[in-house]
Amino acid sequence: MESVLGRYRNLVILVGVLFLQVLGLAMQVKRGGNANDAENTRLIRIWGVGAITPFERLLVWAQNGSSDIWHNYFYLRGVRAENRQLKDQIEQMRLEQVRLAEDAAQARRLQTLLAFKEQFISRTVAAQVIGSSGSDLSRTVYIDKGENAGIKRDMAVITADGIVGKVLVVYSSVSQVLLINDQSSGVGALLEKTRLQGVLRGTANGEVVLERVMSDEQVPLGETVLTSGGDQIFPKGLPIGSVMKVGNGKDLFLNIKIKPAANLSKLEEVLVLVENKERQAVAEENVHVRAADILAQRLPSVPDKPATSTNAAAGTAGTTANPAAAKTAAKPGSTTPATAPAPKKPSTSSNVSSASAPGTGQTAKPAPQSSPAPKNAGAADDTEATPKPDASEKPASDQPKTAEPTPAAAPTAPPADAKPPADQSSPQ
Amino acid sequence: MPITYTSNEQVEVYRFSIPVTIGIPLLALFLQSFLPLRFPLFRDYVDLPLLITIFFAMARRNPIAGLFTGAIIGLAQDMLGHNPIGIYGISKTVVGYGASSLGVKLDVENAGARLLVTLGFYLVHSAVHYTVGHGLVNMTQTWSWSHGILAGLANAILAVPLFFLLDKFKQRT
Repeated sequence: MESVLGRYRNLVILVGVLFLQVLGLAMQVKRGGNANDAENTRLIRIWGVGAITPFERLLVWAQNGSSDIWHNYFYLRGVRAENRQLKDQIEQMRLEQVRLAEDAAQARRLQTLLAFKEQFISRTVAAQVIGSSGSDLSRTVYIDKGENAGIKRDMAVITADGIVGKVLVVYSSVSQVLLINDQSSGVGALLEKTRLQGVLRGTANGEVVLERVMSDEQVPLGETVLTSGGDQIFPKGLPIGSVMKVGNGKDLFLNIKIKPAANLSKLEEVLVLVENKERQAVAEENVHVRAADILAQRLPSVPDKPATSTNAAAGTAGTTANPAAAKTAAKPGSTTPATAPAPKKPSTSSNVSSASAPGTGQTAKPAPQSSPAPKNAGAADDTEATPKPDASEKPASDQPKTAEPTPAAAPTAPPADAKPPADQSSPQ
Repeated sequence: MPITYTSNEQVEVYRFSIPVTIGIPLLALFLQSFLPLRFPLFRDYVDLPLLITIFFAMARRNPIAGLFTGAIIGLAQDMLGHNPIGIYGISKTVVGYGASSLGVKLDVENAGARLLVTLGFYLVHSAVHYTVGHGLVNMTQTWSWSHGILAGLANAILAVPLFFLLDKFKQRT
């Protein structure tokens, strides 16, 4: 026996090592109940992650530092032209924003009628992607924020383009994010126009497919896919991607291949949705600012509003209609929260996705621009963007109207009881 | 392709200093984790920890050392993913054992031999990984010969200059 063991010593050790690993695998699978449950092997993973991620963090930091120095101090070619172009774009978007605010207000009124509870993103944490699993069978990335930054398991991770995945494992200063194209991921999804619901899954080769859509449904190519909110991780309405290919799947379901909106293979910065809130939708009244009004405010030849206003708030109207003030307000970035009436925001803090209000019934002046919000944080923007109607405000019909503004005429006068902003007379 | 048999007397056995033994596998794991963020194809086609396993195993020419090298590197690679720990561990244990056993019997110092050996072991590694993942963990995987051969060739081509670079760290016993 001893001679046999001696003769096949290498083979015996090989079998022993393999057996131990198989045993370890079996225990993980059995104990977790789920093959992908990483919690049972937390300590051993902490060692592995702890050995690799500090170097990655350091490298990313050095890379970003050198890139920032180059782009912010040396390579500034074309910045002036780009700045001008962006300013034009902001003007266009403000007009668009007014139109959308109208739609949103209408939707909110309907939601109120239905006692609808809306979800919105109230706080996000920006994080840098510092590493990946390095394996095509585990599509995960590491971000440089962990428990210390308030990250918890199962939080949604997004970019400005679309959703990315969810937090799978949280370490003290690093978190592992499961991407939506991993085969163990699942996201509740719905098609934007047809409103068909399905489940978004990753495949073994890194593609994203929408399942559970009946084969007798018509799914047009290119249709946008949004989160449905059914998974309790992603708030409803975030963009996922667009339909790339529609084929027959298993049983009576379609196999819909989705092109993710976010570039999952080249992620750099992401946002972790740290806090979602739910509240009753509140309908607003008196939100009647037209795009034309905003446009009128910006025209350089806007004449002074006659001071013979019939309403009691003539002084207020005169102040608002001051071309100088209007001109100042029209300039992007020239308004500050102090120079424009601050919308009543819900008491939520957001370090990334806070949004400013478009012009409301209180004044035609656009509200100050705050930090840029991600495109997909629409729910949050929408909710926070529009102030709640003040209890002291009266419906528009109750108020004496001033001359109806036209695109080339004077800007809209504020409601009679609207408080004049304290420092509006001297906007800087 | 000059693959020549060697007698045990002809076989050169090498060892490595402790910093190299620890540092190079760690560097390989770091690059395997970091580079796919910049070069997405790297994740699908290159397995640097596998190349390091093959190199160390062939240079040491000791099956026990080879299998332990493979097991440790593989388990460390498993730790970075979210799948159960042991899938890469088992695959690389087999590769480490095989590569060191082959290193005893064949002259694997020349470029041609290294190319073929790496290609072969990449396929062995993929097959074991697929079997373990599919059979033991019930992972959904797709086996693609075209992808396997392409990735195997990519690894083999990368292995040739990499192994020559790593030869600089060899120390004769």
